[in-house]
Amino acid sequence: MKPARFDYYLPSTLEEALAKLSELGSEGKVLAGGQSLVPMLNMRIAQPAALIDINGLVELDAVACENGALRVGATVRQSTLERSDAALGQVPLLAQALPLIGHWQTRNRGTLCGSLAHADPSAELPLLLAVLDGSVEVHSSRGARTIAARDLFVSFFTTSLEADELIVAAYVPVAPARRCYAFDEVAQRHGDFALVSVACAAEFDEQGALAYLTLALGGASEVPLVVETADALGRHADRELIAALAERASVACDPPSDHHASAAFRRQLVRTLTGRMLTALLRREEAAAT
Amino acid sequence: MISHKAGEHAAIALTLDGAPVVEQAPPRMLLSDFLRQACGKTEVHVGCEHGVCGACTVRVDGRPVRSCLMFAVQVAGHRVETVASLGTRDDLSMLQRQFHEHHALQCGFCTPGILSSAQAFLEEHTDPTEREVVEMLSGHLCRCTGYRAIIDAVLACARERREGIS
Amino acid sequence: MIESPARTRPRRWIGEAVPRKEDPALLTGAGRFIDDLDPFPNTHHAAILRSPHAHARILSIDSTRALVLEGVKAVLTGARVAEISQPFHAGITEPVHFYPIAVEKVRYVGEPVAVVVAKDRYIAEDALELIDVEYERLEPVVEIDRALADDSLPLHENVGSNVVHERSFTYGEVDAAFAAAEEIVEATFRFPKYASTPIETYGVIAQYQRGTDTYAIHANFQGPFVLHTLLASALRVPGNRLRILVPPDIGGSFGIKALLYPYMGLIALASKESGVPVKWIEDRLEHLCASSSLTDRLTNVQAAVLRDGTILALRLDHVDNVGAYVRAPEPACLYRMHGTSTGAYRIPALAIHNRLVTTNKLPTGLNRGYGGQEHYFALERTMAIVAKRLHLDRLDVVRRNLVRADEFPYHAPAGSVLDSGDYHTALDEALRLAGYQELLATRDRARARGRSAGIGLACVVEPSGSSMGYITIALPLEQRKRSLPKSGAAEAVTIALDPSGAITVRLGTAPQGQGHQTVTAQIVAEELGVALESIEVVAEVDTQTSPWTIASGTYSSRFAPIAAVAVQQAARKVAMKLRTIAAQECNVPVDDIDLAEGLAIPRGDRSKAIPIKRLAGLAHWNPLALPSGMEPGVYETAYYSVPILEAPDDQDRVNSSAVYGFVVDICLLDVDRETGKIEIQRYVSVHDTGRMLNPLLAEGQIRGGFAHGLGGALMEEMVYDENGALLSGTFVDYLCPTAAEIPPLVIGHVDTPSPFTPLGAKGIGEGNSMSVPVTIANAVADALGVDDITLPLTPRRVWELTQR
Ligand SMILES: Cc1cc2nc3c(=O)[nH]c(=O)nc-3n(C[C@@H](O)[C@H](O)[C@H](O)COP(=O)(O)OP(=O)(O)OC[C@H]3O[C@@H](n4cnc5c(N)ncnc54)[C@H](O)[C@@H]3O)c2cc1C
Ligand code: FES
Ligand code: FES
Repeated sequence: MKPARFDYYLPSTLEEALAKLSELGSEGKVLAGGQSLVPMLNMRIAQPAALIDINGLVELDAVACENGALRVGATVRQSTLERSDAALGQVPLLAQALPLIGHWQTRNRGTLCGSLAHADPSAELPLLLAVLDGSVEVHSSRGARTIAARDLFVSFFTTSLEADELIVAAYVPVAPARRCYAFDEVAQRHGDFALVSVACAAEFDEQGALAYLTLALGGASEVPLVVETADALGRHADRELIAALAERASVACDPPSDHHASAAFRRQLVRTLTGRMLTALLRREEAAAT
Repeated sequence: MISHKAGEHAAIALTLDGAPVVEQAPPRMLLSDFLRQACGKTEVHVGCEHGVCGACTVRVDGRPVRSCLMFAVQVAGHRVETVASLGTRDDLSMLQRQFHEHHALQCGFCTPGILSSAQAFLEEHTDPTEREVVEMLSGHLCRCTGYRAIIDAVLACARERREGIS
Repeated sequence: MIESPARTRPRRWIGEAVPRKEDPALLTGAGRFIDDLDPFPNTHHAAILRSPHAHARILSIDSTRALVLEGVKAVLTGARVAEISQPFHAGITEPVHFYPIAVEKVRYVGEPVAVVVAKDRYIAEDALELIDVEYERLEPVVEIDRALADDSLPLHENVGSNVVHERSFTYGEVDAAFAAAEEIVEATFRFPKYASTPIETYGVIAQYQRGTDTYAIHANFQGPFVLHTLLASALRVPGNRLRILVPPDIGGSFGIKALLYPYMGLIALASKESGVPVKWIEDRLEHLCASSSLTDRLTNVQAAVLRDGTILALRLDHVDNVGAYVRAPEPACLYRMHGTSTGAYRIPALAIHNRLVTTNKLPTGLNRGYGGQEHYFALERTMAIVAKRLHLDRLDVVRRNLVRADEFPYHAPAGSVLDSGDYHTALDEALRLAGYQELLATRDRARARGRSAGIGLACVVEPSGSSMGYITIALPLEQRKRSLPKSGAAEAVTIALDPSGAITVRLGTAPQGQGHQTVTAQIVAEELGVALESIEVVAEVDTQTSPWTIASGTYSSRFAPIAAVAVQQAARKVAMKLRTIAAQECNVPVDDIDLAEGLAIPRGDRSKAIPIKRLAGLAHWNPLALPSGMEPGVYETAYYSVPILEAPDDQDRVNSSAVYGFVVDICLLDVDRETGKIEIQRYVSVHDTGRMLNPLLAEGQIRGGFAHGLGGALMEEMVYDENGALLSGTFVDYLCPTAAEIPPLVIGHVDTPSPFTPLGAKGIGEGNSMSVPVTIANAVADALGVDDITLPLTPRRVWELTQR
């Protein structure tokens, strides 16, 4: 299990990296944390002619708060976020999602941006970006653009990035005052990719009615799926509404079947997790209100 | 920009277990192979080469990581520590001694990786809960012990360190 | 010196919780595992091209492009292997030819097709991509049911069927018992295929030595055992020209590494063909598709029972799936539990129908619990189903049928002689530790709240110290009679004292983490009255210089019952020699010499004590001063075999193991019907380990076996699709428990030392591998009220059960 041969580049500036990317096109692969890419190289599932290691780009190793969003640079490790009280305070959902990603040892290398670029539909961070309606800042030697989460994920392990483009940073919106969040998943073991994961962001008004709701599903479709919930706004999240939303989520998704879980079972998990998560949120809200 | 052609050997200078080392490796050589084969650090064990088992865990710049998921060229200029940076046979570290007393190893193949993680973990967590220890350990597979003794050894070491400090 | 009239007793070491001698090296990363060794200059590296197909004919192999790659030395394929070696022998009559590489046909995904020898592993793997193989795909035969069908394509054409072995046995009055039965309970069970996946994979470093036509093979093999003989004949050399060297440390095996021998042969041949020493370190993907696993099994059980729960007789119908080939020691999986088929119960009559099928899956071999988990899954599920059908309390049914304490040694109908035990007390102890009444109340409260809680129970007899003879039960009597009767189970140990009195013990057991060095040192320290630290124990086996027998190695938990006794006997020989010399020196009778504190002490006169190292020095430096007739030096070898182990008799009865431990497990769990997740709330396991040699190590063995059992119960399975493609070929898809998946385990003991061995110890590491899968299955059956349970109980399976 040894990788095939490749040329190795370690740019020290973003310009160098982008120039190399555009020169190599689809022959080159970006190496970030390597936690998804290197296993594929070792198994020779991927055999790029060259690797462009972005770990030398110190300028991308930064977390900052900009325009109501946490800007997470491309070489920021998942465990660095996990250790940052500031980051977790601004995006509480990170505190729930990060510990579910692999293990401490893999999070010590793995990056948030790498996980987004990898676009595994079962991965936690794409789901997080989708439910929070975040975006990525993408650069190439042709210029820069911002891609919203909903436009980034195209299919299983496929994004809308061009071969010469690099995700330079991810923007994860900071939590508004009254917003509450939940993240839950069923995985076979601790640290495994989820069979199904569910995340939501919600806000209740003074009367306890839903003022805001986003619900998104991981592992249940070829991309993180945001479920339509507009008609729930203004309503009280009673049992009936929760059951209806859970049902809707399970119908809206199009889960894959594999030996770990059939599509039918994944749908069932979506229904259960959604129902339980909304119920728990509601309870939390009620408890906070009294 | 540093670049290494596929067929060439790169000279890699690093600090390995506290000592400066310069060795050669082609770009595709895994860090785990480099440490074992070029640097003679057979302390580093390899169990899966796809990041799951944790046997190959070493510390790079202090953080425990999978050496099978890094390339040797990536540690040029960095600090790498294997289990050899802990105690020696005649002077086991506190953690190693707790492993010994708790019978936290059987075949010992997973052990160097686990010790590397646990050492770094204890440097960050002075008073860990069992849950935290279990989460740290879940990044390592051990097929021999059933884990209980390992968890107990790490918790005992944390206690001993605290008592030593207070 | 203090005058002491009484005897000076040596310090007791046996039974002490001594931390291990092995640890300091392993804790500092200074262990010497196979991949750490570099015994031969100019060693090259092998990579193996493996079949992508489950069943196909090989039309052509073209290595031209690979051979011209810089750094490539040679490519070896099946055609050449068939020319220069012989197929491996296995203990069945049908001619299933097994070579270590595919010859003409591939029969499972991952089967070796070609071996590349190159300068390093990276280049060797590059070369694999340059070998062109043309296949003609054939109908894959994946599941047992298909293999049983008359029209399934035989994997081995010369056998003509995928049923490659069949035998029937009857013990006692089975038909009469079924005629007398008040109820007949029948059920069918499927047991999945899984494996213990040691964290260190297989490794071989082989050198063919042209000058002497000798093979030297370093391998993390757990033998030598019968497999040395098989390998030598496959390589066409006499045993004394096949030297197997087992490294000082082995990174776990759990039975799996016994099946390393085909690769030892293959790499040895690659060395012969390429003219250089060859190293091959298996990678994890190779390990998962092409090392070894236990069998998957289909069992039909019929139990003849009375309404009070008494079991009069059993009819067992087994179909064991050995995968693509019958690799020795298979069909042992089917026969290891044969003599003990009635488990812990006094069931007087028994009929067994055994079949072995081949399918396009990874071939099988030893695995912790070997044969036990499959067997007890059927037996202990049946016990639970009997209680349920008869509306009886499960405990009443168990108690009524358990062998009683006053019945030991108990002769089971198929031949096992259960040496000692107190099963009822052990069960009571388990109930006490579990807080059984409270457990029932908790379950009922949970159910009242709409949760699905269940309690599971299993009783298993844990055999240890296999006799080589049980495997020959697979052969019909006439055929058995044609060769020597077989009962071998011996182990050999050598103890030497050098001129300075330093003690070295040499074992033939090739341990993989069990702590043999420590226990050996404990026994020797106690027998010789010397300090534990002063004893060196060498466990690395070298078949040319270590003492060994046909049974040597680590498998079937044979260290405690057999090897430990050999250690004790060798130590006693040494002690006798030292005492005899001391008696002469002190001019007292031998019986008056005690060994303690590193001294030989004449009773009552401590002032005349002589240090042991002086006695050893004398035996080396001045043989003429030794008592007359005594040989110089101190070098004693003891071979120990258990007298109770006899070859199979003419009625096909066999006492398959030296001693028999016992395990009772009780568990309470909760099933989340919607997510399929199982939460184990309480798990208690009570063991009879005979005399405990080292409680610290015993607990380690129990916890390790428990984790393996839990993996088998909840997550581990080698999954093949309908085309025979392996779906669980990485550690991301083949799931082993991590620390987060292991529930608390409460361990208890009701130990009854074996009367049949001098130490009375029993094996302990396999019992929970056998008991946990069925205990959890029984608990889930109880929780969901369903009987048709298949392992592993993954969330998907559990949810599907709730959908019935
Ligand atoms: C044992 C194990 C368990 C894991 N479990 C989980 C889990 O439960 N959940 C989960 O989500 N993940 C899991 N992962 C994967 C996770 O750890 C990775 O961190 C993540 O998927 C990829 O991040 P990375 O930085 O390592 O990216 P890399 O592996 O370096 O790259 C991944 C892909 O993204 C591309 N890429 C990376 N960065 C950029 C960029 N800035 N711009 C453009 N392209 C880029 C690469 O070219 C490559 O194709 C696990 C990994 C391991 C080894
Ligand atoms: S060898 Fe690196 S994680 Fe298994
Ligand atoms: S001690 Fe053997 S794998 Fe952990």
